[in-house]
Amino acid sequence: MKNVYDVIVVGGGPAGLAAACSAKEAGAKDVLVLERDKEAGGILNQCIHNGFGLHYFKEELTGPEYAARFVNKAEELGVEILLDTMVLAVEGHRVTACNTEDGLIVVEARSVVLAMGCRERTRGAVAIPGDRPSGVFTAGTAQRYINIEGYMVGKRVVILGSGDIGLIMARRMTLEGAKVLACVELMPFCNGLNRNIVQCLNDYDIPLYLSHTVTNVEGLHRVEKVTVAEVGADRKPIPGTEIVFDCDTLLLSVGLIPENELTRKADIPLDTATKGAIVYENMETREPGVFSCGNVVHVHDLVDFVTAESQRAGKAAAEYAAGKRIPKDGRVIELKRGDHVTYTVPQAIRVENAEAGVDISFRVNAVMTDQEICVKDGDTVIAHYKREHMAPGEMEHIKLPAAILKKVKKQVLEVAVVSAEGGVEK
Amino acid sequence: MKELICIVCPKGCHLHIDEQNDYQVFGNSCPRGAEYGKNEILHPTRVLTSIVKVTGGTHRCCSVKTNGGIPKKDIVKAMELLKTVKIQSPVYIGDVIVRDVCGTGIDWIATKTC
Repeated sequence: MKNVYDVIVVGGGPAGLAAACSAKEAGAKDVLVLERDKEAGGILNQCIHNGFGLHYFKEELTGPEYAARFVNKAEELGVEILLDTMVLAVEGHRVTACNTEDGLIVVEARSVVLAMGCRERTRGAVAIPGDRPSGVFTAGTAQRYINIEGYMVGKRVVILGSGDIGLIMARRMTLEGAKVLACVELMPFCNGLNRNIVQCLNDYDIPLYLSHTVTNVEGLHRVEKVTVAEVGADRKPIPGTEIVFDCDTLLLSVGLIPENELTRKADIPLDTATKGAIVYENMETREPGVFSCGNVVHVHDLVDFVTAESQRAGKAAAEYAAGKRIPKDGRVIELKRGDHVTYTVPQAIRVENAEAGVDISFRVNAVMTDQEICVKDGDTVIAHYKREHMAPGEMEHIKLPAAILKKVKKQVLEVAVVSAEGGVEK
Repeated sequence: MKELICIVCPKGCHLHIDEQNDYQVFGNSCPRGAEYGKNEILHPTRVLTSIVKVTGGTHRCCSVKTNGGIPKKDIVKAMELLKTVKIQSPVYIGDVIVRDVCGTGIDWIATKTC
């Protein structure tokens, strides 16, 4: 290990690996990845199902296969990966970490990439009433137990939340011999991809209860009963609609939160909407030379988009390490979220650094058909994009060309969905 | 006309399949969707993924997949096959773990090097 690196990447999941590879390809000499698990690849290692890589590799891979491609590439490029190592602090460009072999490690970097990923919301975060027996797992934890550790977590299962991890686990538990009694979703629509409803629930006759939630958990040592009730338009349970399931396991797939303890400790400003760092067009945070990418910035649904975003961050980190600076007094345009848009990434654009245009990612707050996404400079629409179908579970992407950016008059651009002909499901 | 949601990619196109007319597919946005629509009506298959026990690796399990679609009726049998399999590290991505699953000509192969 060296004392100083061009680029240090915190986290060896898909985001960290892609950033490290791109940093190396963009000319960074020494690149170090710090990973807390025993192997690189992050969450992909436990996502043994297929469907990854259709955008990036143009073929269908399983999670471990997708991860292996980047681990191999990182090795070929000479990226140094330090496993089983926990990063304790990032102060400016100094990274403090520890592991059982080297003890305390303090390394300096010319630029830093934060790629810590995200963490699952737990029972506490959604406040489910009832007893507190064993048998309540987050879906990702159960996935790790089954697919990596080889332990089966239960026999009769209720799943709360219809995100993709929940749906994938419904199928996985069924194939391993468990009976999945119900998949329960608070919202009136499924949060997962359509293909997952078909191949994970419909294929195995698992009922999906929309506009329902879990209102009680009973059991002394182990879960014995889970009560599910219908919710009204206010998302509150309707008395008298309760269904009681005899089961031993409750899996929670109720959302993900970017894991930003290090970012917060480094006093890097976060966005309350994404719960990730506020970033510029090249994924640089408000701390010069510190970049952030992947699920730690905003939670993605497809790893292919994590890869693309992280490659931009890695390239920019290499350029920063090589001495490239973006003038501080240059023009900055803030992005504001308008109607039906819950957040945007990036949150601000430095026009001088956007020669190739800017990719903007965001999410909408409802299921919509035949809509138009508009970018507004004051009252003037400067760009618009048609979409046949949008949903909160599917991240949207637009590209704003440099030529349009240069003509912007105001300091703030608004990204909004404007009702064209289509409908919005409330 | 039968209605299906395509599962070939995350897009999830809504397909209409005309059974009276040589299973012609409408609503697909790529050729793979047309192929899926016809196959799903005539002989539906699924690519399966699971794990097998491994000794000597970083973890106790190695992930595996079928290198092609397994008929839906054979899914349970194909999964059963893995229960008795125990492999020794090293195993490389693409190594055959179980050959010719249920007489389909499709193999279970490793998706992880461990």
